[in-house]
Amino acid sequence: MTSVRCLAALLLAVAPALHAASPVDGFELADGALKERYQALIGEFRCPKCLNESLASSGAPIAADLRRTVRRLLAQGTDDAAIRAHLQARYGDFILYDPPLKPSTWALWFAPLALVLVAAAALRMAGARRHAAPLTDAERAAVRRFVSPRR
Amino acid sequence: MIPRLLPLAGGAALIALLYLGFTLRDPTVLPSALLDQPFPRFDLPILGGAGQRATEADLHGAPRLVNVWATWCPTCLAEHAELTRIAQATGLSLVGVNYKDEPAKAEAWLARHGDPYQFNVVDAAGELGVDLGVYGAPETFLVDAGGVIRHKHVGAVDRAMWERDIAPAWRALAVQP
Repeated sequence: MTSVRCLAALLLAVAPALHAASPVDGFELADGALKERYQALIGEFRCPKCLNESLASSGAPIAADLRRTVRRLLAQGTDDAAIRAHLQARYGDFILYDPPLKPSTWALWFAPLALVLVAAAALRMAGARRHAAPLTDAERAAVRRFVSPRR
Repeated sequence: MIPRLLPLAGGAALIALLYLGFTLRDPTVLPSALLDQPFPRFDLPILGGAGQRATEADLHGAPRLVNVWATWCPTCLAEHAELTRIAQATGLSLVGVNYKDEPAKAEAWLARHGDPYQFNVVDAAGELGVDLGVYGAPETFLVDAGGVIRHKHVGAVDRAMWERDIAPAWRALAVQP
């Protein structure tokens, strides 16, 4: 019981510090529009250290550095496209969750379409085989013999 | 018979493709965006340099091996002996970027483990690190005499990778006018 109370007290003690720790490292964004752009931008980039976490959600130190870089560029009046280009020039396409269309990414973009086409062709072939050659006269007579009502 | 095996073959091919995709390349190693780009501009204090500063112009004139390191990085300590050997045995100029570290700790670390660096710049905030596309120390860049990045290695430099990757790239620089 005491340990639980100790833990609760500890959490209460550090809570304000945890809360304050996030944005206070240099570049503060004053107005709401900049903050909105900031939140949208950091959600767009992949943290280079963590394979599948955005800059917004990652706790890695490098993600904090890159968030600060984005804030600095925003505070300097850089537009979104230039900020994307800035990070891409340093960390490559890796940090973009939306990869650009270029020869090395053709497979990525067009493979799903190619698979759909292959599947459609396969379905057509299977359908064509099902109603293939018309019946011969002998077969037709045999069918008639099976299905005609007995006199 | 053959059409019946076709889905099985397709499935096997897909599994092989995915297996290669996950194993052929280490997913934690990013391709460098900075190859054949000029070394980024910087203006940073020199470690233990009593207020002296260095810029990217100080890299010009000879090929350099620029090594991003920190005292908090165990892999940096692991590669330190090999970097020291390279600097002594080959005469290749070694420049350090002390990355997100405390200068006092860094000086003590060099005093303890030996200092193969021509000089170190202090990148306490990691801003040169961001401009270099660094995402984890150690990282090592081979920079030519004109200040252009020719090779990048993420992770520890060891004897095998020096012989295989960096040394041939460095020799190729020496041949060029």
